[in-house]
Amino acid sequence: MSNFSLSNLMTRQDVLGFVVLALILLVVLPLSLDVMRLNQVGKYLSFAFVTVGLVLCWGYGGILSLGQGVFYGLGGYALAMFLKLEASSPENTSIQSTPGIPDFMDWNQITELPWLWEPFHSFGFSLLAILLVPTVLAYLIGFAMFKRRVSGVYFAIITQAISSILTILIIGQQGYTGGVNGITDLQTLMGWSIRTDYASYVFYFVGVALLFVCLFIAQFITKSKLGRILVAMRGQEDRVRFSGYDVANFKIFVFCVGAAFAAVGGAMFTLQEKFMSPSFVGIVPSIEMVIFCAVGGRLSILGAVYGALLVNVFRTVLGESFPELWLFAMGLLFVGVVLAFPDGLAGVYQKYAAPTVDRFLDKAPLFRRWPSSTSHSEPIKAS
Amino acid sequence: MSAATARATNTDFVLAVEGLTVSFEGFKAVDDLSFYVDEKEIRVIIGPNGAGKTTVLDLICGRTKATEGSVKFRNKELTTLNEHEIVRAGVGRKFQTPSIYEDLTVFENLELCYPRGRNVFGALFFKRDQKVINKVRETAEMVNLLDQIEDSADLLSHGKKQWLEIGMLLIQDPALLMLDEPVAGMSVTERQQTAELLRRITADRSVIVIEHDMQFVAEIADHVTVMHQGKILAEGTAEKVKQDPKVIEVYLGH
Repeated sequence: MSNFSLSNLMTRQDVLGFVVLALILLVVLPLSLDVMRLNQVGKYLSFAFVTVGLVLCWGYGGILSLGQGVFYGLGGYALAMFLKLEASSPENTSIQSTPGIPDFMDWNQITELPWLWEPFHSFGFSLLAILLVPTVLAYLIGFAMFKRRVSGVYFAIITQAISSILTILIIGQQGYTGGVNGITDLQTLMGWSIRTDYASYVFYFVGVALLFVCLFIAQFITKSKLGRILVAMRGQEDRVRFSGYDVANFKIFVFCVGAAFAAVGGAMFTLQEKFMSPSFVGIVPSIEMVIFCAVGGRLSILGAVYGALLVNVFRTVLGESFPELWLFAMGLLFVGVVLAFPDGLAGVYQKYAAPTVDRFLDKAPLFRRWPSSTSHSEPIKAS
Repeated sequence: MSAATARATNTDFVLAVEGLTVSFEGFKAVDDLSFYVDEKEIRVIIGPNGAGKTTVLDLICGRTKATEGSVKFRNKELTTLNEHEIVRAGVGRKFQTPSIYEDLTVFENLELCYPRGRNVFGALFFKRDQKVINKVRETAEMVNLLDQIEDSADLLSHGKKQWLEIGMLLIQDPALLMLDEPVAGMSVTERQQTAELLRRITADRSVIVIEHDMQFVAEIADHVTVMHQGKILAEGTAEKVKQDPKVIEVYLGH
């Protein structure tokens, strides 16, 4: 009865879900889309990192964060700073009054690279910063809030305020951050051009691989006792304390995991879009990410991926023809989903398609002997 | 705690409550309360509504912070600890309305209360081994829920939810068990089964029960404490308390 064997970690529906998603992302889309569209899908998938984290925080733990853009942005900025320094070598920037610093610094009469930027010359440091800066910030926010038992709507408002503060800070400190335009004109990664079609393919597949790493981590968490503690906390936070658990620590943990996932997504965005800007940090993008998650289904880590993908496809289609309608459509979508399908696309699947699929799996030789539910742990009931 | 560190108020009692006071904006819900609970004693607290009975349990288990006074569990001060630390010290609490985890199955409810893997990484890598499964099934059997062990807890009847919560406490194996109106809202049959259940589980631990049903009280109590307006009105055996004129006046009626 080990928790670590695959059949305890995944039901056959989970396995099927992972396989189907892998087929779509690794085979169907790359074969059917041109490189520009595939690159766009890669960008949408960068939001899926955030929504998978939101499933853990919000769907399981009941912690609604309206500031995931902060962690997404910090992850993206950490990588953008490294790439920008590489693009700003003294040879490339010889026409500036101070060669060797990023162009926007030169425009803002800064003559020396700020100390904060110095370590981002190192690729290793930048990779660590992508993960650690957002996670440590999430830890500090979580510690300050959850130990004081700030929760629910108050926590949501505070995360919103933090995302607002960070946006203002980035825009205000133009000389250090690139301001409202963000960090643009990124060219190479370790001397290798990131602007070729080949690079786009590589980044797409790296992104999908990293997304699956996050999905497996999320799956492990939801199937562990920690996952069940989160579910218990969502409904009966007080009671969990009387089962002997320090509730705040569990909230801090899952909030940090969500932040780390978001940061990886942000870094993948930077790689694929070749820029990072404050428009992915603030309140609006943070709330959009929550909407992606709600549409996909806040209790389903796979649903969250589809949510991020489909809402963004919808945005692109609608945005290309009726850009001014997009925000209204998004608002309607959110209200509609919350009212009609509180468990999102995943909930619709669970209700209408899953029983049929299960009957089919009973006959499929490959799946027949795989348990339809992990022992003693029925799939979390939609509430 | 060793004798060397013992202070004047250290006792042989499992629970020593001394001078306990809590005031909510000037209103003293519990006022300079002192009482002691022996090893394996069953103590019942009775009293009219608003007497402060539930507040006393809240103070002991850390849900409400005391304004003054001390609560010592095996000579360990509880008033400065957090709820989960008090639970880990060995104090279990059942709430008045059944509070169980409705989104989880009966098995998962019990497993969650099994005293292992209580920190973040312990919970993340918690292994559902045979020992856990056996303990959970054994507990489920004790509270008559073995045949519903895979059911979602929100499908249970009110009485069975109460049993599940008692089971969740049992699996914690507390040295002091506090029950707030364990038979409230139960049918007659369920009430009898619960009394039977309580007799079995109280055999090797100290128990504090809040209850209104005087017949039930007389059946199970070693000692009865009568509270009125945050203070102790009378204390003694059920027989003695029943005949106390002050108790009859404010609580039992004529």
